[in-house]
Order: sequence, then C-alpha cells, then structure tokens
Amino acid sequence: MDGSQTPVVEFDRVSFAYDGNLVLEDASFTVHEGDFFSLVGPNGGGKTTMLRLILGLIKARSGTVRVFGTSPERARSRIGYMPQKTALDPLFPVSVKDVVLMGRLGSLSAMGFYSREDRVCAEQALDMVEMRDFMHRPFSSLSGGQSQRVLLARALAVKPDLLILDEPTSNVDVVVENELYELLKRLNDSMTIMLVTHDLGFVSRYVKNVACVNRRLVTHPTCDISGEMISAVYGSDMHMIRHDAVTGRGDRHG
Amino acid sequence: MAEFITDLSGHSFLRYALLTGVLASIACGIVGTYVVTRRITSVAGAIAHSILGGMGGARYCQVVLGWTWFDPLVGAVAAALVSAVIIAWVRIAAQEREDTVIGAVWAIGMAAGLLFIFRTPGYNEDLMSYLFGSILMVSPEDLWLIGGLDALVVGTGLLFYNKLLAVCFDEEFARIRGLRVDLYHILLLCLTALTVVLLVTVVGIVMVIALLTLPAAIASQLSRKLWHMMVLSSLLTLVFTTGGMAVSYGPDLPAGATIILIAGACYITTLLAVRVSGKVRA
Repeated sequence: MDGSQTPVVEFDRVSFAYDGNLVLEDASFTVHEGDFFSLVGPNGGGKTTMLRLILGLIKARSGTVRVFGTSPERARSRIGYMPQKTALDPLFPVSVKDVVLMGRLGSLSAMGFYSREDRVCAEQALDMVEMRDFMHRPFSSLSGGQSQRVLLARALAVKPDLLILDEPTSNVDVVVENELYELLKRLNDSMTIMLVTHDLGFVSRYVKNVACVNRRLVTHPTCDISGEMISAVYGSDMHMIRHDAVTGRGDRHG
Repeated sequence: MAEFITDLSGHSFLRYALLTGVLASIACGIVGTYVVTRRITSVAGAIAHSILGGMGGARYCQVVLGWTWFDPLVGAVAAALVSAVIIAWVRIAAQEREDTVIGAVWAIGMAAGLLFIFRTPGYNEDLMSYLFGSILMVSPEDLWLIGGLDALVVGTGLLFYNKLLAVCFDEEFARIRGLRVDLYHILLLCLTALTVVLLVTVVGIVMVIALLTLPAAIASQLSRKLWHMMVLSSLLTLVFTTGGMAVSYGPDLPAGATIILIAGACYITTLLAVRVSGKVRA
C-alpha cells in the first residue's frame, strides 16, 4: 500500500463481554489508511461488537481501541457509518433528503437548522450513489437496494475519512450487490473502508484485507483465504465457492 | 350540535372549553407525532396516570393545609415532570428495566392520588374530573397556565425538530454524529409530560393516551414527512375535540369519552381504508 502506513483503526488486545459472555477475546489488528478491510465470521461471532467498539458505542473490557490515533468518541466526526437497514422503522415518515441530511447533524447550528452548505453536501452525497432523483420521495417507499444507497449517502454526507458498513448487502439481490461493491471500490480511492459481512466469497473480489472473527481474530490478506482458514474460524469444513473474475487479484495489495 | 353553537355566545365556559381544545390540539399533534414514531406510548401512559398523584396531592394541600396557590394543575405539572425524568433516567442508566419502571410509576402515581383524594374532605367529584376530564370546568386562570404550557411545548418541539427527528429515526446514528441523545430523550419525555397535562384537562387521565396517539397514528398513514404528520395530527385533534364537545353538549354526554370515540372510529376507518386501497393498488 503506497505510502499508506498511517494506522486508522488499532485494536490492542481487546476483549469484550456481554453479561459475562466473552464475545471478543484478545483481539489485535490494525487497519491502515486506504485499506478496504472486511470483518467476516459467523453470526454472534463478534463482528458487530467490533464495529460498536470502533464507533465508541460500547467500551472494551480490557485492551485499547484507537481510531485515528485517538479515542473512538473523539474520532467519530471523521467516521461515516451505515447501519443495517433492518434496525430502522420501515414506516417512518421521512424524505430521502432528510435522511441524508442527518449525516450533517454534527455541523447543525445551535438553532438547529441545516445550512446551505449542508444541503449541498447532502445532494452531492445523493449524486455519488445516483439517488438524486429520489430526493423528495418518502424513505419508506424505496426498495431494499435503494434504501441501502440512501443510507450510504447519509454516511457519505459526513465527508468521512473512514467509512464503516454493517452488512451492506443484506436483503439485496446480486445485481445490486455488485453495483454497491463497484461503488465502494471507487470510494476507496479517497477513504478507508471497513465493512462487516458474512458473505466471504463475494467480498474477496473487492477487499484488500480480511479479518475473521469468531470470538478470536485472525487477519489475512485476501489472497490467502483458504479452506483451512475458513474451517479454523467457522469450526467446520465449509464449501468455498470460487466466483469468476478472480483473476487480477494478484495486482491487489496484500 | 346546534345548541352548542347558539350557546357558545352566551356561555363563557363553553368558549374557554373550546379554546382549551384548540391550544391542547397544537401541542398534541406535535408531541403525539414524536411519541408515536419513537414508540414511547407506554411511557406517556405512565406519565398520565402518575399525574393523579400530583393532582390529588395538590388538592389535599389546598383543602386540608390551606395552600390555596397549589392548584391541581400545578401539581399535575410537577408529578408529570418527575415521572418523565425518572423514566428517562432509568432508560439511560439501565435499559433493560424500563418497562418495569413504567409500570411502577403508573401504579404508584395512581395509588398516591387515590389516598390523597380519600383523605380530602368534600365530594369525590374531583376524582371523576381528574380521571375522565372536565373541559367544561376550565377557569380563565387555568387557561393562562394552559396557554403558557402550550407555547412552551410547541416552541421547544419545533425548535429542536431536526434533532428530535434524528433521534426518533435512528438514535444510534444521531449519537455517532455527536448529538447528546440522552439529553434529547429527557427533553422529549418532558415535552410529553407537559402535553399529557394539557390533554388531561380535555379528556382526563384514563383516556389521554388515545388522544395523544390516535390522531398521530391516523396522520402517519397519510404523511410523507414528520412535519406533515404534525400538522395533520394537530388538525385531526382539533376536529376530534371540537366535534366531541359539540356532539356531547346537547344530549349531555361526557365530552372526554365522546372525543375519544370519534377519534377511535376515525382511526379504525383509516386503517380499513388504507388496507382496502392498498389491496386495490396491488
């Protein structure tokens, strides 16, 4: 990775437990600037816990989490976050533009109004995900893929240096998934990207580094994904499906 | 109905009642929208019932201790705010216990109120009017307090619109963006508390939740934006309260119950209509 050894996210021997259940044990890894980093692993394996630690929503029981060399709370203003859509009320009466404007909450004036600049920012973010035409539509009327794009636009409206996505391709079809990853690949030129997914085979075409989490954590460059590694993490032999277009992975960094 | 309109010019108490309905409707539409979208109806229910403790306590102080300044409406405001802060604090400090505390606040407030009323000499008419509303007995002094509360709730509710919208839509994202979500949660519950007090004078403690949520629930079926929902549910509340008063006046029915039944009928009709039209479209 050319001149990009600046650490963005650093975990140093981090452990976390929910109600006495250890979900993350002694995890250490670093995500560098410009990386396209994926966390994979089974459900309940600690992926989302790691995201929440990076976002400062929960605190590590032991070890340290540093983001942009500081505490997660202080680094928040530089992070764009896209949650799983399932966490939101599908009937909420709100327009697409108002959802994207929430990315500008951090710069909201004391009086609580969005500035002209905030609106421009929101529109640019909608342009990036090709959803400007839907600006005045109700968020509840969008399809799965469309609302994922809008939530991505909201994260981009932050103008982040680090983009974090939680299962960005859940509930969307393969075509939408492809488009989304192509878009993320373009965005990766200007920001560090970190995502959580359970879809290991697919993501390996795009990401540069993968960490497998199942309570413990194993980091690998993408080209190393192998049957042994998968079974080490998932605990059983799983079929690995080779997709087409795996060629050209060699010139990716790792 | 006609009787209501002709008597309106002759009886000042009717005009006070009507004005109370108008004022309460505006706050109700705005705060009811937040309550429905943030799904805190049960919190509003607990606050409403805890008000009996405040009203009963204030009435006891007035009659037995001679504190004439301690109006039941003032007691209601105090009890509602205390309950709101307790419930908000529990959510912030220990999330999993919120519904237990909601139940406790609900019942303890009722029990305290009943004891105070039981120990207050005089007719038990007080209890009935607290529980089921007494919009026809609003005094000019009450009206000033109601107007002041209304201005406070509407002003705050609109001033923090963007922030409250963000908190109601996606609390976690709002927190990550640096919003002090806990503070806005407390603010929202306090606004709910004050609105509940306004509505208690209209329909009474028992039926407050219906007036707070039914208009907003109807409006949510027809709105594309949160502020559309606020405007529409304010208008609906206005129609329900005024209509309920007018309909109940002639045959001398309880106004509160009439208002709620009209609102309930409209709610069910809307749900059915949306269901049917949805099927036609599909």
